[in-house]
Amino acid sequence: MNMFRRLKVTMGAALAVGLAGTLAVHADEQFFPLQSYRVGPYAAGGTGFFGGFIDYLNLINIRDGGVNGVKLTWDEGETQYEVERGVEVYERLKSHPGIAAWNPLSVGIAYAMIDRITKDRVPLITINHGRTDSTDGRVFPYVFPLLLNPYSETSGIVNYIASREGGPDKLKGKKIVVLYHGSPYGKETIPIYKLLSDKYGFSLEQIEVPHPGNEQQSQWLSIRRAKPDYVVLRGWGVMNPVALKTAQKVGFPADHIIGNVWSNSEEDVIPAGDAAKGYIAITTQASGAEYPVLQEVIKTVYGANKGNLDDKKRIGSVYHNLGIVNGILNVEAIRIAQAKFGKRTLTGDEVRWGFEHLQLDPARVEALGAKGLFHSINVTWDNHEGDGRVTFQQWDGSKWKVVSDWIAPDWAFLRPIIEKSSAAYAKEHGIRIRTSGDDPVSQ
Amino acid sequence: MFDYQFLIEVLIGGLLSGVMYSLVAIGFVLIYKTSGVLNFAQGAMLLFAALTFVSLVERGTPFAAALAATLAIMIVLGIAVERTVLRPLVNQPPITLFMATLGLSYVIEGAAQLLWGTQVHGLDIGISDTPFDVAGVLISRLDLFAAAVAGGLVALFALFFRYTRTGLSFRAVADDQFAALAVGLRLPRVWGAVWAVAGIVALVGGLSWGARLGVQFSLSLVVLKALPVLVLGGFDSIAGAIVGGLLVGAIEKLAEVYVGPFFGGGIEVWAAYVVALGFLLIRPSGLFGQKLVERV
Repeated sequence: MNMFRRLKVTMGAALAVGLAGTLAVHADEQFFPLQSYRVGPYAAGGTGFFGGFIDYLNLINIRDGGVNGVKLTWDEGETQYEVERGVEVYERLKSHPGIAAWNPLSVGIAYAMIDRITKDRVPLITINHGRTDSTDGRVFPYVFPLLLNPYSETSGIVNYIASREGGPDKLKGKKIVVLYHGSPYGKETIPIYKLLSDKYGFSLEQIEVPHPGNEQQSQWLSIRRAKPDYVVLRGWGVMNPVALKTAQKVGFPADHIIGNVWSNSEEDVIPAGDAAKGYIAITTQASGAEYPVLQEVIKTVYGANKGNLDDKKRIGSVYHNLGIVNGILNVEAIRIAQAKFGKRTLTGDEVRWGFEHLQLDPARVEALGAKGLFHSINVTWDNHEGDGRVTFQQWDGSKWKVVSDWIAPDWAFLRPIIEKSSAAYAKEHGIRIRTSGDDPVSQ
Repeated sequence: MFDYQFLIEVLIGGLLSGVMYSLVAIGFVLIYKTSGVLNFAQGAMLLFAALTFVSLVERGTPFAAALAATLAIMIVLGIAVERTVLRPLVNQPPITLFMATLGLSYVIEGAAQLLWGTQVHGLDIGISDTPFDVAGVLISRLDLFAAAVAGGLVALFALFFRYTRTGLSFRAVADDQFAALAVGLRLPRVWGAVWAVAGIVALVGGLSWGARLGVQFSLSLVVLKALPVLVLGGFDSIAGAIVGGLLVGAIEKLAEVYVGPFFGGGIEVWAAYVVALGFLLIRPSGLFGQKLVERV
């Protein structure tokens, strides 16, 4: 064999080995691009959520060797919770092979991605947040506001207040003030509270707190004058502890303040000190590390020094557990999709199918080691929220304690409102509305 | 019937909030008065001070020792900023200096999170925030304490400027930098001292605001509360910072409660700026600011 021929054979072999290696890597990996925020004003929430998500992915890799042998991989891009950075990270990572789903945990970034992910045919998961009308999978085939959307959150809060008062009929004549963040997020539920007030007969006052909410004296003096039975806190960031501290200043009891899902973390109450004692907030996932899945994370992931949180005391915190639950839902969607399409790297469309069949009843949740951590989920092709149940936790000064059963929002009441909004979106964007789960997704 | 008691309650609440704004504004005034720099990094310094203090306390440092250590760190930080950022930019246009402090604010915020982490913290300075009742009007103990601190700080500065050599040199530099230089004052030393004092003010502001909001990243946003205060009171007057703070606090609370409902609420932030802008048109140097007269 002459030198030229030997070189050709060697190069050919190297190329073949390289290609095979590349194909092998891509053949059994499912990738999560993470638009995380670990610095900046919202870093406390970002480190908790993405820490929990990564901890669960690590658990699946270490304990099970991936999902049916398909390894889970990820890469992080820092967004500082800013929309333009989130989009930039999207553009940077969207070409990576085997993307399972996007999970930005940011309303702004999620809104900016809807058209892009629909075009790219990859699911966008907005657990507990996002566009309410994206619940309608007929119009938003790739968007999944899993467990809870802002409208069902509103209904869940009103149902909880009703349960405290002795039933929905006891709401008549009561007064509820909603203190909301002065942003599109804060204002989104204004019409739903109005509709629920008309339905149940309670009087309603909705008061805006300008961003960022570090000064609320006038709002709480107005609340004091209004003498409401309950205040619903629809806050974000620094607005939450300031609300609790100012409530104490005007003598409003903390146990009559009900926080929404973005006012329910340790980061919202710790800065308020004693003023937060007794405060109650909604959640889709209980906090605490006593659940079997959390114990496995501690033993297997942190035991192997692969835990994502620097501070182990944060294991089981609200944001960490939200990340764990988000991990469970993503992994189970892949597992369900693999049962149909094969145990291999799936396309975004195949993972979407998995999410559209993500049905975890309480027995399956228990088998996953998450009994009590969250209740259940039942996603279908047209219901992308999945009828998540909510519970309420009370802050005792050092930890959250569950104080209610799992409560179901009034989905039947909300669905027509959601469909009206999604139909308007479909008309505006020229989207053909799907008529069944088998109906192909239009572009 | 008009509820006068409620009006008084809103007004008192506004005035006490205004004192908190003044605490931030004073830091701006000190730097501007002596060096003509609008220090946008004052909010970041406030965050850095509060985060350092609370992190030391949480790591087991006694309260007094943590306070002393933070004080020393803030003085060193102030001097370092003057040496490494501002001094090399002497004689540059004001906009260059302003942009330098803007960049500096990001650097300090990033360094604070890098050093002490991203977690939020509660800050207990031993003053209960439960209100007490004065003829039906609830008054916050913490706000009263902050007002006393602000008052004490102003009194201290008044004594310092009047009766100490350094204070005298501050005043000289503030009046006329060239004249001060001509009579032998060392401007860099004065500027270094001023930045150190601004660091101390940031510590006081950081602890007061941290006790109110908790110690978290958004502490640095309180600078936005100081800007209309400076416009109203004047950029170079400590008395102006106090009066401006009281005015802004009262205006924004009264506007929110009595005018806000006509606009759907949430007006207090921009109401203060509307008044400040109006004031700029009538009296550009603010209530107590020095009128700039230039020969052309």
